[in-house]
Amino acid sequence: MELKTIAAPRVPVRYYEGGSGTPLVFLHGAGGIMPNDPFLAALAKKYHVYAPLLPGYGDSEECPEIRDMLDFTLHSWDVVDALGLKNPVLAGHSMGGMIAAEMAAIAPHDISRLALICPAGLWLDDHPIPDLFSTLPFEFPQLLFHNVEQGTALLTAGMAVDDPEWLKGFLVTNARQLGMAGRILFPIPDRGLAGRLYRIKAKTVLIWGDGDRLIVPAYAHAFRKGIAGSELVVIPEAGHMVTMEKTEQVVQAIARLG
Amino acid sequence: MKFTWFNLMPWPHLPDDFREKNRSVWVDIDQKLFDPVKSNAVYNTYLDLLEYADGLGFDGVGCNEHHQNGYGLMPSPNLIAAALTRRTKDAAIVVLGNSIALYNPPVRVAEEFAMLDCMSGGRLVAGFPVGTSMDTNFCYGQIPSLTREKYAEAHDLIMRAWHEREPFAFNGRYNKLRHVNIWPRPIQAPNPPIHIPGGGSVETYDFCIDNTYSYSYLSFTGYIRAKALLDGYWRRVEERGAPDKSPYRAGFAQTICVADTDEEAQRLYEEHVLYFYNRCLHVYPGFADAPGYRTIKTIQSGALSQYAPNFSFATLTWKDLVEGGHVIAGSPETVRQRMEDLITGLHVGNIFCLMHVGNMPAEKCMYSTKLFAEKVMPKLRNMFPEYKDDSRFWCHPIGSRAKPGSLPDARELAAAGGR
Repeated sequence: MELKTIAAPRVPVRYYEGGSGTPLVFLHGAGGIMPNDPFLAALAKKYHVYAPLLPGYGDSEECPEIRDMLDFTLHSWDVVDALGLKNPVLAGHSMGGMIAAEMAAIAPHDISRLALICPAGLWLDDHPIPDLFSTLPFEFPQLLFHNVEQGTALLTAGMAVDDPEWLKGFLVTNARQLGMAGRILFPIPDRGLAGRLYRIKAKTVLIWGDGDRLIVPAYAHAFRKGIAGSELVVIPEAGHMVTMEKTEQVVQAIARLG
Repeated sequence: MKFTWFNLMPWPHLPDDFREKNRSVWVDIDQKLFDPVKSNAVYNTYLDLLEYADGLGFDGVGCNEHHQNGYGLMPSPNLIAAALTRRTKDAAIVVLGNSIALYNPPVRVAEEFAMLDCMSGGRLVAGFPVGTSMDTNFCYGQIPSLTREKYAEAHDLIMRAWHEREPFAFNGRYNKLRHVNIWPRPIQAPNPPIHIPGGGSVETYDFCIDNTYSYSYLSFTGYIRAKALLDGYWRRVEERGAPDKSPYRAGFAQTICVADTDEEAQRLYEEHVLYFYNRCLHVYPGFADAPGYRTIKTIQSGALSQYAPNFSFATLTWKDLVEGGHVIAGSPETVRQRMEDLITGLHVGNIFCLMHVGNMPAEKCMYSTKLFAEKVMPKLRNMFPEYKDDSRFWCHPIGSRAKPGSLPDARELAAAGGR
């Protein structure tokens, strides 16, 4: 995958590009994209992948003018347009799934294939989503992975909390990334998507790890009810980071969109 | 010098095993630990103590705003301030302050502060904090990375509401108001003096300097650790080209305990000080700083080193706290010396004296307060003679103020009825 920059109307956008075939736009979750992300690499074997970073993620420029859900949605459409893409497969994970669903709802005739991987965006009082923003780094693996031990190893690689310089860098990254994510996820990741789901016309596949402890599978059923004709693929022995834990199965599920 | 007697109003009945059994004193503190019936006495004692300080000649009495917090029972500081307007006589009423990003619409702050200023005869000193992340983000749900923008807009709205004499339209991003026309407006014109509590955000320095507001550093870590931060502020005052370095451009909160001797201070106050540092500051680290609440510039400045993961108040002993300057405690002479170090070291003219600490009972608090007022305060009065006429950062009460309880008596009433 190659990291590139494209000029979008509000801000220059950094994006990963790689692979060949049907164009696919992937929108990342609140954690961003890891360098050498194995999921993107797997997608690139089948698709021409474009994975834009939200402003503030990775090394990309921040954009204070993107404040609310409509701004996020239109910005993401701006990026698709800037990339010169027409009706790409649109996929999103977690927060990225929320944005993708909004994009498909606001412009239902421009997207015909939609993959939502444990998307955020709904709220069920019986299943309150844990507060991501007060979660401490060491608590994340428990929330995000089916295999907590492997997840811990993945998330803590390179961490040096006793080194003040490392800590400063970590806090800056967190402030940039989760600060941006907070605009649509804090304090409750619901910006009214439930009332707009009916507009989605795309063929939609919902992909969920059966052991997701962050956005539990009850939400999969709520999305399925909300999007007419959507199909749910539940992947066993996987948590919220199903893209990392069961990479191939997620790619296969997306392929069901044709 | 201006000395404000300040009470955080802690809940004094947290159990001994609070730390072990609870993850946080703030945000998700156990409901069962609050006893509304007991709070009746707690609130009244705390108000009595504030009134007592007024009688002893403190320049101000202070209150502040916290939410869902075991060490601060004032979700609405304006209610406390309103109660204080009635039975205090001369002290400034220092509301430090209203977290203006939390009021919808923020003209509510302009109105309530105006009421307080009118009720008190111009004794209001107004504070505009951003609010801690615990209060602003985790309790009141403000989006962390938009909080400062919303704060700035609220500030502009409040100032215009105070300054303009004709109704105006305010088309903000967060507030759309077609007819802003507050009624009443404050006695102090064009506005009451303004203090901005800050915790090391560099942007706040500039905001204070540019608007001639006083910067208040309210920490519990004492004056020795505060030196670096306030040095940074004074450097900025110079860089920014402020016309002077008046010490009243800054304020500092300090825990103070006075007794006859240093030994007596430890004997009387140690348990209450440890109650505060052990139980009241037991905040779950996940609530300390929602990502996006601090600006990148502030994080990069390193001003947040006190949040380093291994730092904990709970391990500190009386000796650590006193030697480290978290607490200034001892005989009047010891306290005077250390206060002098604080005042000259930090170059601050406004001192917020935290004289009620943790679960301190009223009689001990009165004893300490009286000793400070009579044996320490007079000796510190004239620390900055060259700035003694600087009145920009303090209230200007009207000369002849209305007295509470001045209704006509029964005879006058009868006479009026007979006419």
